[in-house]
Amino acid sequence: MIRLRKALGVETLPLLVMLALVVVVFALATPRFLTAANLGSMAVQLPVLGLLTLAMLVPILSGGLNLAIIYQANLSGLTLAWVLLSFGGSEAGFGAFVLGTVAAIAVGALSGLIMGLVVAYIGAHPILVSLAMMIFLRGLGEFMTRGGDISGFPDYMRVIGHGDVLGVPVPLLIFLGAALLWHVMLKRTRHGFSVYMVGSNIDAAEYSGLHTKRTLTLIYTISGVICAIAGILMAARFNSVRVGHGEALLLVTVLACFLGGIDPFGGFGKVLPVVLALMILQALSSGLNLLGANQHLSTAVWGLFLIGVMALRWVAQQWNSRRRREI
Amino acid sequence: MRSLVASNRIEARLGIVLLLMVIGLSLTTDTFLALANLTSLLNNNAVNLIWAVGLLVVLIAGGIDISFAVAASVVQYVAVYCFEALGGGNWFIGFLICGALGIGLGLINAALIHGFRIISIVITIATFNAYFGLLMFFSGGRFIYDLPDWWTDRIFIFEHQSASGVWSELSLAVAVMAGCVIATWLLIRRTTIGRQLYAFGDNPEGARRAGVNIALMQAIAFGWMGLMAGIGGFMQVNIVKEVVPNALYGRELEVLAAVVLGGARLGGGKGTVLGCILGVMFVAITQNGLNLLGISPFAFQMIIGAAILIAISSSNISLDLPGLGGRRVALGTERAP
Repeated sequence: MIRLRKALGVETLPLLVMLALVVVVFALATPRFLTAANLGSMAVQLPVLGLLTLAMLVPILSGGLNLAIIYQANLSGLTLAWVLLSFGGSEAGFGAFVLGTVAAIAVGALSGLIMGLVVAYIGAHPILVSLAMMIFLRGLGEFMTRGGDISGFPDYMRVIGHGDVLGVPVPLLIFLGAALLWHVMLKRTRHGFSVYMVGSNIDAAEYSGLHTKRTLTLIYTISGVICAIAGILMAARFNSVRVGHGEALLLVTVLACFLGGIDPFGGFGKVLPVVLALMILQALSSGLNLLGANQHLSTAVWGLFLIGVMALRWVAQQWNSRRRREI
Repeated sequence: MRSLVASNRIEARLGIVLLLMVIGLSLTTDTFLALANLTSLLNNNAVNLIWAVGLLVVLIAGGIDISFAVAASVVQYVAVYCFEALGGGNWFIGFLICGALGIGLGLINAALIHGFRIISIVITIATFNAYFGLLMFFSGGRFIYDLPDWWTDRIFIFEHQSASGVWSELSLAVAVMAGCVIATWLLIRRTTIGRQLYAFGDNPEGARRAGVNIALMQAIAFGWMGLMAGIGGFMQVNIVKEVVPNALYGRELEVLAAVVLGGARLGGGKGTVLGCILGVMFVAITQNGLNLLGISPFAFQMIIGAAILIAISSSNISLDLPGLGGRRVALGTERAP
């Protein structure tokens, strides 16, 4: 039991309980909550936010923030769209899609690389660097598209956005695959170890012989790559690309990370609790939607929910420290 | 003079860049230095600067606020209903109500941050979502055009007609902006509270042990931010003559970029009103200059983003080891005077 608890971390069990609570409450409130249709639509809606949250997660773990994720995803989506359009739009072959995907990932990685280099080698604050990158990328996208949207993609892209394998939607598979990859990267690789060390104390990490500058550069580059994948998924789901798609998700990804117990100062946090936090947010939003509320009320509930969870954590911490003092 | 430059290095650099831009623009265009252009530059950036000085105080105290622009929208909406209930209202009641509502919303942030010992970015992102969601839910996204006359009437504090018949005028918002800037300067540079805010932002635990009341510091920083958010929202309505629930959404990050560009440190303890003004003016003059040079408006944001990126990259070169996050010393080692 204790070993299980240690493996899952302190955040996982309370979040599991909360998820169960949310599901039970909505299942009692509306019979449509636990239907295949609702669960299916939840599984299709979650991945875009999920992938973007993974892009936000590692920069936060390193003690920074990446505010450019939405526009990195948008620009990557645009890149894919342009490659497809130049090969004939909806008639474009699969080769064009592969080329477009590679180009999209390259664009995401390049924008991340620039941020990483500025953060690592010049030492500017990540919030400011990514904010400037966000303004730049949004402007670049608006300049190239004139604020319009690009649509008309080949039919096989629908598989990515709407298809399923053995009943599991493809977007969900992509997200779960990425989350697993992120877990392995953070827990089992040298880079992951460096991320935690840089996040807890960058100076100590530097003096211990870690190449902190390379780690920081890599963090933002990888964040850009996962943004590109989110951008491709968004293009496939909506069958169109526009700069500003998913704008409202930016701060929600930060919210999901904090809800999942990531230390805002960096250094501590795991992937699994963040995935649970995302499920809770999605369940809240879908459940409220079924009860007749709109997305705006869900946004408000998300915010209030985060405050509630942070307050509960504070209470638990107080209680623990008092108990320790009594012993 | 030299010590002034040495202790405000970021401000000095930004000031020089700004001066070069102004000289360049006045040589390449004949409209930049025209009175009408300068007054419209001030009119268009009054609200941003009001928010910027509010955010400056929060940054000096070691916090960050994401929720202020949305809070300003909430203030606008609630104020409309307050004025209706009061049977009209006037400027005095307007300032009182909007200021009080803003302070109230700011104090909610401060209470949550201090009460639960949660870092400000978490709380203000949560309240950002909560305020915006509730506002959109209860307002239904409706625009309000039916506003009291006194609120939307244009009031000019300065009017001038040039020989060619072009009017240049300064709106009331500019006077309010000047008032807010001076009040903020007095607060942070001429009172003990201001000294305590710098000390608290630089080292919260050290300040606490030195006897600074940290609950009061959070309340003053976020209350001041709320006051500025409320007043800024109030003046915004006077300028645009409508209340739109999502009009200010997204402005917070642009103001934040301008303030940090002006030398305020994310992590606390550093920042000046002058730097704040320069940061806002840098963004404003870049945009204005691009406009006058006849560059496509679609390219504005791109160039501004690139300009900020270059500005931060060049202003940090040759300084100390990189630092991240709130715990560590970020840019440079010089103290605020």
